[in-house]
Amino acid sequence: MQSPIAWRRLIAMCRKESYQILRDPSSAMIAVVIPLLLLFIFGYGINLDSGVIRLGIVAESHNADTHALIQAFDDSPYIEPIVADHRAPLVQQLEANQIRGLVIIPTDFSDRLNRDEIAPLQVITDGSEPNTAQFLQQYVQGAWEVWLTQKQYRLGVKEARPIEVEMRVWYNPAAISQYFIIPGAISIIMTVIGAILTSLVIAREWERGTMEAILATRVTRTELLLSKLLPYYVLGMFAMLLCVALSTGIMGVPLRGSFLLLIVVSLLFLTSSMGMGLLISTITRNQFNAAMMALNAAFLPAVMLSGFVFEIGSMPHLVQWVSQLVPARYFVSILKTLFLAGNLTPIILINSLYLLITAFIFIGLTAFKTSRQLA
Amino acid sequence: MNRIELTAVSKSFEGQDKPAVAPMSLTIEAGKVTGLVGPDGAGKTTLLRMMAGLLSPTSGTLEVAGLVPDQSLDQLHAQLGYMPQKFGLYEDLTVRENLNLYADLRGVEPSLWPETYHQLLTFTDLHAFTHRPAGKLSGGMKQKLGLACTLVGSPKVLLLDEPGVGVDPISRRELWRMVHELANDGMLILWSTSYLDEAEQCDQLVLMNEGEVLYQGVPDMMTAHMEGRCWLLPGGAHPRHYLTQILQHPSVSDAVLQGRQVRAILHDASDIENLSKALSLNGNEKSVEPRFEDAFIDRLGGASVRHSALAEILPQRSNHESTPAIEAIELTRTFGDFTATDHVNFKVKRGEIFGLLGPNGAGKSTTFRMMCGLLPVSSGQANVLGINLKARSGKVRRRLGYMAQKFSLYGHLSVLQNLRFFSGTYGLKGKERRQRIEEMIHAFQLEPLLAQTPESLPLGFKQRLALACALMHQPEILFLDEPTSGVDPLTRREFWVHINGMVEKGVTVMVTTHFMDEAEFCDRIGLVYHGKLIALDTPDQLKQQVTKASESNLTMEEAFIRLIAKYDEVHS
Repeated sequence: MQSPIAWRRLIAMCRKESYQILRDPSSAMIAVVIPLLLLFIFGYGINLDSGVIRLGIVAESHNADTHALIQAFDDSPYIEPIVADHRAPLVQQLEANQIRGLVIIPTDFSDRLNRDEIAPLQVITDGSEPNTAQFLQQYVQGAWEVWLTQKQYRLGVKEARPIEVEMRVWYNPAAISQYFIIPGAISIIMTVIGAILTSLVIAREWERGTMEAILATRVTRTELLLSKLLPYYVLGMFAMLLCVALSTGIMGVPLRGSFLLLIVVSLLFLTSSMGMGLLISTITRNQFNAAMMALNAAFLPAVMLSGFVFEIGSMPHLVQWVSQLVPARYFVSILKTLFLAGNLTPIILINSLYLLITAFIFIGLTAFKTSRQLA
Repeated sequence: MNRIELTAVSKSFEGQDKPAVAPMSLTIEAGKVTGLVGPDGAGKTTLLRMMAGLLSPTSGTLEVAGLVPDQSLDQLHAQLGYMPQKFGLYEDLTVRENLNLYADLRGVEPSLWPETYHQLLTFTDLHAFTHRPAGKLSGGMKQKLGLACTLVGSPKVLLLDEPGVGVDPISRRELWRMVHELANDGMLILWSTSYLDEAEQCDQLVLMNEGEVLYQGVPDMMTAHMEGRCWLLPGGAHPRHYLTQILQHPSVSDAVLQGRQVRAILHDASDIENLSKALSLNGNEKSVEPRFEDAFIDRLGGASVRHSALAEILPQRSNHESTPAIEAIELTRTFGDFTATDHVNFKVKRGEIFGLLGPNGAGKSTTFRMMCGLLPVSSGQANVLGINLKARSGKVRRRLGYMAQKFSLYGHLSVLQNLRFFSGTYGLKGKERRQRIEEMIHAFQLEPLLAQTPESLPLGFKQRLALACALMHQPEILFLDEPTSGVDPLTRREFWVHINGMVEKGVTVMVTTHFMDEAEFCDRIGLVYHGKLIALDTPDQLKQQVTKASESNLTMEEAFIRLIAKYDEVHS
């Protein structure tokens, strides 16, 4: 029986693969351009904080109460009020997407208030952007509470509140959405890079007819697969370091965990995503199909089902179950932990274990599908 | 023992009713070049792949150099050199790096490698190109490098799958010389080919068709068998019509045009009296030396298609109009400083087959493309059916049919969908469209293939389908750009039967080809060289021009070489 690895052949195959990487600019492009592009799109393009919201206020009557209320909105750092006497112009602006919502202070607002009746305040938000609408609702409520407190203070009423809620956001105290989006983005970038880089390599050998010549030599299955993994590790890790440098250096995302641990886990994840690419490549034997399949099989699930933006906990049970098959899910979890929380060993260990399992599945299936024969 | 032994070996693929290789028993010896010869789809590649251990036989036993591939693959690969059809060189790697890779893969002793490396480069004459990426080599050099890579590690058995395809004649001769040298050193060499000139030069032949061995032995014996069966008949006033008649005769195995004469192969030498009587030849027939091609076609069962069902469905066109079908007047095309076509003049009569020939890069494709309106002219005129293409190409285009070299079919659409699509592009509609499609299916026997995709079909079928698509609108002129390149001799014959039938019906054909024997099928030939039309005449007249007094029966190929040499002499 032949031994699975002869070092000389393995080194020769790896060297050959490295020459191809160095001379064919497309692999280098994938390793540099994709991370830059995606990181900037995700990092600056997606922003879940709303910033300052332009809010229309319809003051149907003018008196001290309404003025104080408008003042309260104006004082809020999140709201830029645009005041009008009646609805029509503001509704138009809302339709033109120039303001994000409307607050209507009815004519009898002040009267009702003075009669200690319930004074209704209508808030209209734009349901087509639920995220902003929700922010708006909270901001309006906040401003309204401030106004109420001030009013009671002026009137000398001291109402004892039974419960005082003090909010603290851990790991991301300022609740900057970039801080949790970027580690997620990195795992998507690495999924795409790992899968696309390797999805092309075996298909390319079949397309160019080199596979048939290689199969007629003594090269073993193990040597062949290793030669397709090792050089691309280097390229993949380069992309990873580029991402980490950009996000900590330029985007200011903190890295609270150990750098070494980050490297180790990234290697593990690369094995898994490159394994997926190799499997696709082996099955399709065609570069175009392989690239399309890699994009769909790697990119889409990584965005949708990794918990990168959409929380897995709030998905239907079936989808949650499916998300367990997506390696990016575990990597997202590890990266968020390492970047924002630090070395939380239990979380990292359990996720690494899952990563290891997916890597084994992909590489194992590839080895199973890699035949020493043509048919 | 260094030999290949097959005992009742067969190979079937799932989903195909016929086996790719029918049970066959063979012994192939070392020390000579054995040719594995047959048309496309004969099963040559499947057989070689089984020998290389890349496919397992469905039944039977196979031994290569004393080893059973399925049991001792690794040992087999240690002494096997296999060069697949499109040999995979790594195009980004240099000549040197490619060779080094194979030295490592085959475990060549490092201390011996520099010397072997040097020998291989000398052998293949690649010393000057060691630092050039393999992708930047010419076709011939790539093939030589491929052979060199296959030879690394001194294999005992060398399997070469169509190494001569896409290689110019000079490089082909060199490859051939190298392989013979290796055979003399005791290597077992199996060279597969569908080119008959290559087959003829092998020491031994294995002739295959449709998965079966038809002949095994020396090539001369095959030809010897044809003694007294090959005849040259006078073609009379209408050689093409006469050819159709001859092909119908039951004693004729095969017949082709040779200038204005017809070369006929008979099933038996004694049949000539019969034929002579039937056609009242009155002793005008001449017995000729059998050629290897005669023997090859005869072994494969003779001409398979003897009359064109296609011609039957085409309307008869009258050819009494005086305007030429195609006319080039001072036709010129420049690309920057380079003049690809240089003041070319010719006229093609209606109902004529006009051939445009010339070496690669001579400008025949450029000229051809201007004539069918695919390329604008720089100066001069390209007139088709009396209309200047520059002025009103759209109007003429409806009356032209065009078949491109690569057939331009939609590989993923079914055969029927392709027919429908092309009939639609020619503006056919409704009942007429359905009827034309029906006719084409019938004429080319496409019925059983309708649901398949062209991609999955052998080249010959693709060619039929492409021809059907180009003729759907019953054009008056058909343009064919290297229609038979890469197609085996049997399929080429069938193709020309259809072309002859069409011309009989009055269709005008303009064709480019690099097969010299095909030039014989043309009424007139224009020879293009350095962008100029250096000769224009009938095949017989062209041969006459350069035949010396002492010679007779000059081949078309020889005539062309002399015409070009003559031109070079005058213009140097």
